[in-house]
Parts: sequence; structure tokens; C-alpha cells
Amino acid sequence: MANFIDRRLNSKNKSTVNRQRFIRRYKSQIKKSVSDAINKRGVTDVDKGEDIVIPSKDLSEPIFHQGKGGIKDQVHPGNDQFIEGDRIPKPTGQQGNGAGKGDASNSGEGSDDFSFSISKEEYLNLLFEDLELPNLEKNQLDKLVEYKTVRSGFCAQGVPANIDIVKSLQGSIARRIAMTSTKRKQLKEAEQALNDLRKDTHDHIKEERELISKIALLKEKISKVPFIDTFDMKFRNFSRQAVPSSRAVMFCLMDVSGSMDQATKDIAKRFYILLYLFLTRTYKTIEVVYIRHHTQAKEVDEQEFFYSQETGGTIASSALELMVKIVNERYSNNWNIYGAQASDGDNWADDSPYCHKLLLEKILPKARYFSYIEITQRAHQTLWQQYQQVADTQAHFAMRHIKSVDDIYPVFRDLFKKSTVQAA
Amino acid sequence: MAQCKPLDDNSEWTFDKLNLYQTEIARVAEHYRLDTYTNQIEVITTEQMMDAYASVGMPIGYNHWTFGKKFIQTEQTYKRGHMGLAYEIVINSNPCISYLMEENTMTMQALVMAHACYGHNSFFKSNYLFKTWTDADSIIDYQLFAKNYIAKCEHKFGISEVEATLDACHALMNHGVDRYKRPQKISLDEELKRQKERETYLQSQVNTIWRTMPDSKTKPTDTSASFPSEPQENILYFIEKNAPLLKPWQREIVRIVRKTSQYFYPQKQTQVMNEGWACFWHYTIINHLFDEGLVTEKFMLEFLHSHTSVVAQPDYNSPYYSGINPYALGFNMFIDIRRICEHPTDEDKLWFPEIAGSNWLDTLHFAMENFKDESFISQYLSPKLMRDFKLFHIHDDEHNDYVEIAAIHNEKGYKKIRESLSNQYNLSNLEVNIQVIDANIAGDRSLTLRHTPHQGIPLGDSTDEVLKHLHYLWQFDIKLVQPDNNGVDEVIASCPQTNKKKDEKT
Repeated sequence: MANFIDRRLNSKNKSTVNRQRFIRRYKSQIKKSVSDAINKRGVTDVDKGEDIVIPSKDLSEPIFHQGKGGIKDQVHPGNDQFIEGDRIPKPTGQQGNGAGKGDASNSGEGSDDFSFSISKEEYLNLLFEDLELPNLEKNQLDKLVEYKTVRSGFCAQGVPANIDIVKSLQGSIARRIAMTSTKRKQLKEAEQALNDLRKDTHDHIKEERELISKIALLKEKISKVPFIDTFDMKFRNFSRQAVPSSRAVMFCLMDVSGSMDQATKDIAKRFYILLYLFLTRTYKTIEVVYIRHHTQAKEVDEQEFFYSQETGGTIASSALELMVKIVNERYSNNWNIYGAQASDGDNWADDSPYCHKLLLEKILPKARYFSYIEITQRAHQTLWQQYQQVADTQAHFAMRHIKSVDDIYPVFRDLFKKSTVQAA
Repeated sequence: MAQCKPLDDNSEWTFDKLNLYQTEIARVAEHYRLDTYTNQIEVITTEQMMDAYASVGMPIGYNHWTFGKKFIQTEQTYKRGHMGLAYEIVINSNPCISYLMEENTMTMQALVMAHACYGHNSFFKSNYLFKTWTDADSIIDYQLFAKNYIAKCEHKFGISEVEATLDACHALMNHGVDRYKRPQKISLDEELKRQKERETYLQSQVNTIWRTMPDSKTKPTDTSASFPSEPQENILYFIEKNAPLLKPWQREIVRIVRKTSQYFYPQKQTQVMNEGWACFWHYTIINHLFDEGLVTEKFMLEFLHSHTSVVAQPDYNSPYYSGINPYALGFNMFIDIRRICEHPTDEDKLWFPEIAGSNWLDTLHFAMENFKDESFISQYLSPKLMRDFKLFHIHDDEHNDYVEIAAIHNEKGYKKIRESLSNQYNLSNLEVNIQVIDANIAGDRSLTLRHTPHQGIPLGDSTDEVLKHLHYLWQFDIKLVQPDNNGVDEVIASCPQTNKKKDEKT
């Protein structure tokens, strides 16, 4: 009367579709949660999912149900003290059945927030959803080529410092064996003959003398073969190999003068996160340098970078100068340098041409890529115009005017159009 | 009783051992005349159990976000250790599908088989509510049909539209039960065939109703004749048949939700009985096996440990108390009925003259077949059980600043407690009474519903939201009225909310 079926190997993710439906439906709430989360996470902290919290009232499914009030009769077990007619005052301020027990209604109005985790992929998808990132997987950034010297066998010529002693001596032994073999054979024969003569009962004085002088001659000849010869010398050989550098440094430059508000900074933050994400796909080690500036530039940590507010004028060149300085000090050697500058466009007018010059002469020759985003609702000012000239001539410089988060992506499209190779 | 060689009591289970135990359990079940559907026992993993939870136990179901939400909730609470999963899930279908969890020990598997495959299964097959309301032969087919149909609609009309329709239907799901007509039995093929015909037919019917409308402008209308002629409590059915602008596929979706609701309706009404019956039989069957010497004492100790924790009833002042445990109440009532039959006291003879001293098995089967929770309690709850449970009745009137103990487990209170507990399981007292009283065909097509409060309990706070869903389906004004103290209907809610609109404008 019974059939047993082992279902354990069947797929267990029957609910996946329903889960996706759920995320789809509550996208706006989840995205808000994700946006909140982005402010709590660092730029480089992109490798994990995120816990999402949605207020449970947003999730409830309404039905007609009984509310509070009216007459309610309930039966409970475990009477230990009551007799018929007992009256228990209601706790003031809330509805209850007295005697300290909870209202046993089944209306299911829990007040806990609904929380769950989304995976890293879901998190990134939601974060960049408006950006319509195209086939990210196919694109690979160009890498700076660095050369590495590697050993590649031995050679006959070289500098004394590279002499390989073992190899040279091996050659020496081989040569000496080769050059003396006939003579040693003759020597052996002569010595044998001498022995034979001496054992003979008859005297062979003359032959003995001849043999002795022959042996002496052979021994001298053998000893004259040189111990080491230029022919034996072996030198370690080296050659240069090209290796793409897996190190990158990302400079985040941001104007923190009074005119930059938190919303603008958040847009900039997404931009930086996106750039960082792209770099993680290509480079093994990435360092991030945060430079903020008003009239003076300062290298700071991430927290200070995004969340401290300063007032004052704006001199953008100070940040560029600091960047050049840091590059020269710390990243001059085979680092892929990426720069991302965010600003609201304000700059001291006389400073802009200097920025232009700095970029063109000091930064762009060393950088893999430099992007400038201007987050503003107003007309462009001198900095934009100066940078415009740079953009016209330099392929690895991109600039964009961003009004809202949605505009971030085109900057990346530029980045990829100009400096990518299609991976196979 | 002849002592047999005991079955292997090692706690690891294998399919061979499951089969051995199952055979013995089946033999004992037959001895006690348990009539069951053929069992289909499926062994599943924890993850699969959580999937089954999310879809209310059904092996197939249409896709909707609410199931995703349930799944996420289950997964979260389970992962944090807030909740254990059930040992089994059983589906009222033919063959009767039961899920056993992989992690269970052999003892647990035996308990679960006796409980689900013979207890619940025989209940599904013989209880009058299940016989009348559900069709075990076609439910899986129907679910498959529903899943495919809804997937097809999503493909044709977009996920959002289908989702909105389903949301609206789910809001009214409790008002989709047809209490007076017996549902028809049909197979999947027939369902598909009929669905096509229904689509065209229904639409034409709807059009006929509304086509009469323009005439009313010229002819003097008989205002006293209202449509529907009698109040309709099955709101979903009324919408399916009469909503003026609903598209044919939406009508079919309303129907699917209504059918699903109807399928689960008996389960809501027989929770105490169903669980009590299943507990009674796992207890009786395993003890029978023990008496025969088929299971060892080691097995019994584990069994009794699980059994007692399932049927435990915490007192009202215990931190674990969350209402009356249906397993405990049901199990003890069936045990008590057996006791009354076999060893009646004078009190029992007075209270239950018709069953005291009768054949206990006949009486138990009769009780299982012909009652639901409400009537079962009012028929069989004995004074002894009320004393054992120390039941007491609390009367809470909104107008008083105290609650009153209306009755306790004494001679004077027995009847009152029994009546009150029975009412507590009466679905018509628990679910709000809302009926369609008027659809204004001749005029503005507005729909009027009436809420009749039970014991003066008002509607909960989500009413406005539900009305919005109803409005989505009906697409013309919705009014909800409630009789005031003088019995005159007054509007308590409407959609679109006319009052609030004015407020916003000013």
C-alpha cells in the first residue's frame, strides 16, 4: 500500500523563481536598503552580499480581519487561581486579556522588520542597475607591461660576475680527460712493459732506460694540459621577458569645498566603486589613494574623504600636484595608475590653465587612464573648458558632466571604448 | 499476544527498514479499519522541506512573490535556529503524498509514517468535509494546470498584470468559499477543455448582464429589484461571474485562487480533529507494535519522548503558551472518547449516554467521519477533560475596564466552557462576515458590501487596502456598509476614498 520515492537528489531550489519575484516586487525597498548600505561600506568592500531590511508593514498582505474591540470570549488551559465571577482589571494603555498573558489573536501583526540576505551578484546588480552595464565579462583593461629578467641557460661569453663555477669546472674536467686520454693510455702501456721487464730474470738495462725516459716524457706532457682554459668558461645567461603588471593604484580626487554636498559625494562614491570594481577584474593588487582638496590638498582615509566637510575656495591643481608627488614617491615603478577626479566644477579661474598643464605634462604620460566627472546643475566653468582641450588631444582622458546617478555609466563607456582589448 | 522477533531498532534508517516498518504499520492500521489512499512516501532534504513550506506543502504551485517571501522567512528563521522544521508534510491527494525528512531517525520515520500515512491519510479519505470539499484525485492535476495557465498568462500579459490580479485575489481568498454547493470533480484534460469554453461563455454572459444597462435610461427602472437578488458571501465567485471589465484570463485566475482556497477550507475547519486523529493513531499503532514485541524498549523511549513533546499543553501563564495546542486537545479528546467507551464513569454515562460502553472503534470512526472541530468539541468534550486541562473562560467586553472569568472547570461551568471552546473553532465567528449585497447594474455600477460584525467586533485596519484590491477587480466604486445600532446601513469604507480626496484638495 505504499511506494517509497527518494527525492533527495531532485533539485532543491524550487523556490528560486518565487524568490526572484519577491526581489522584483520589493525592488524599490531593497534598492533603498542597498543605497543605505553603500554609505556604510567602503569603496573596496565589494566582495560580499548585503543584509536587507524591509519594514514588515510594507510586506503585509491585507485581508479582511477582525480588529480590536467588541466582545471576545476565550478559553484557556491551566486555571490555577480563578473562580467564576473573578474580575481582572485590564492593563491600562493596552489591550490585553489580563493576568499578564498576551492577546491570543491570530491576526499575525508582527512588528519585526523583515530581513534577509542577498548575494554579492544580486547586490551589485541592484547597485548598478540603472547603469545598464553591458557585457562586462568580455572586456579587459589594458595593462602596463613591465619587464622581468629571467635565467635562460648558459653561454660562452659574459662578464666574470656571471661565471658559473660548477659548469666551468665540469667543462674543464671534460676537456682535460679528452686531451690526455691517448697519452695516459701510452703511459699505462709503458709502465706495464717496464714492470714486465723488471720481473724478467734477464737484464734489459737499455730497454728499461728507454721506457723510463718515455714514461717521464708522457707524465710531463699530461701535466702540461692546462687545468682551466677560456674554452671551459660557462656564463649564466639572462634574458628579458615582458610581464603585464598586476598592480594598480587608483587615485580618487575630490573637491570637498563647501559647495559639494553629501548627495554629490554619494554620486562620486558610486563612480569610485564602479571604477574599483573594474580594476579588481584586471589587477591582483589595487591600492586606493584618496586625495581631497579645497585650496590645499591632503591625502586622507576613506572615512574622512567622504564624510568630512570643509569650506573655503577651490584650487584643483593642489590635488593634481599632490598626486604627482605621491606617484613619484610611491608608484613610479610599474604601477598602473588610474585617476578619477570628481568636482562640482568650481575652481579658481587662474588655476585652471595650470591644471591643464599638470595633467598634460605630468600625469597623463604616466597614467593608464584619467577620468574627470563634473557633478553640477550649473554652467561649466574654466576647469571644464581647460579639461576639454585635454580631452580633445588625449585618448586616455575622459570627462563627463553628471547630473544624476544615471549619468555615471557613459563615462565608463568612454573608458572601455578607448582602452580595452577584447578578451577572447 | 504472541511475541515476535523485534525489528531492527538501530536509529539509522534504510529504505529496506522503512519498508519493513511500513508493512507492520499498515497491517495494524488495517486491523483498526483505517481506510487510506495509497501512500506515496517521499524522502526529502531540509532544503526541499523549506521549499515545501513555502508552497503550503503543495508539490507544484504557481509562481508568486508571496511564496518567495515565505521561503525567505522560513530559511532565515531556520538558519538562525529559531525554528525547527516539521518532521513531515502530508498532502491530501490520491495517492496521498507524504514527505519524510532525511534527518529523522528510524523511530521518527516510523512515528511519522503512522501519523501521516495512516492517521492524516485516513482522515482525508473519510471525513465528510474533505469528501465534500476536496477532490484528492484531481488536486495535483489542477495545481499543474494552474501553474501552467498562470505562466502562460505571464508570458502573454506581463508579470506585473498577473501579479496585481493575484494580489487582489489573495486579499479576498478567505471569501472565496462556496459553502453550499458541492464542487465538481474533473480531471486535468477536462479542466483544460472546459477552461477554453468557459472563457468565451463567461465573457458573453457578463456582456449580457451589462448590455441591459442602456435600456434603463429610457424605461423607468424598478429600483426595488436589486442584483444580486440575495446577498452573496462568495465574493470571489461573484467577481468571477459578474465583474464588468475583467478580462477572460483574469476571471480564470480568480477561479484558480478560489479553487485553491476551497481546497484548503476543510483543513482550516478540522485542525484539532485532524491532528488529534493522527496523533491518536500513531500512539495506538506504535503501542500495538510494542505489545506484539515488534519494537524494542529503546525504540519506545525515543518514540514517547517525541510524542509527549508534540501533545504537550503549556498552561496559560507559561512562557511557552500560545493558545490551545490542537495536537494536545485533539489527541486527548480521542483518547478520552475511547476511555468513555471502554471504562465509563457515572458522570460519563450521564453526559454521553449514547457512547458510554459502546464499541470504541466504531464510535471513533463515526466521530472522525461526521464532525468538524466546532461540532466535534461541542459533542465530545467531556467534563473530565475540562478538569484535566483546567479550562477557564474569559469574557472580555470592550466597554468594561476589566475582564471577567465567565466559567471555570466546575459543574456549573462545563457547558459554558464547552460551548465557548466550540465557538472558538467556529470559522464563521473567526472570519469576518462580509457579503455582496448590491451591484448597481443600472446606475454607476458601484458594488456594495455589507459587514455584519460578530459580537460587536469591528473590522481590522487593513480594510482600506483590501477594498483597493477589490476595486482593482471590479473597477468601479466599492462601498462597504455596516449596520449601525438601529440596524440602518452606514458606509464605513469606500474605494476610491471620496472623503479623503476632498481633504487633499482643500
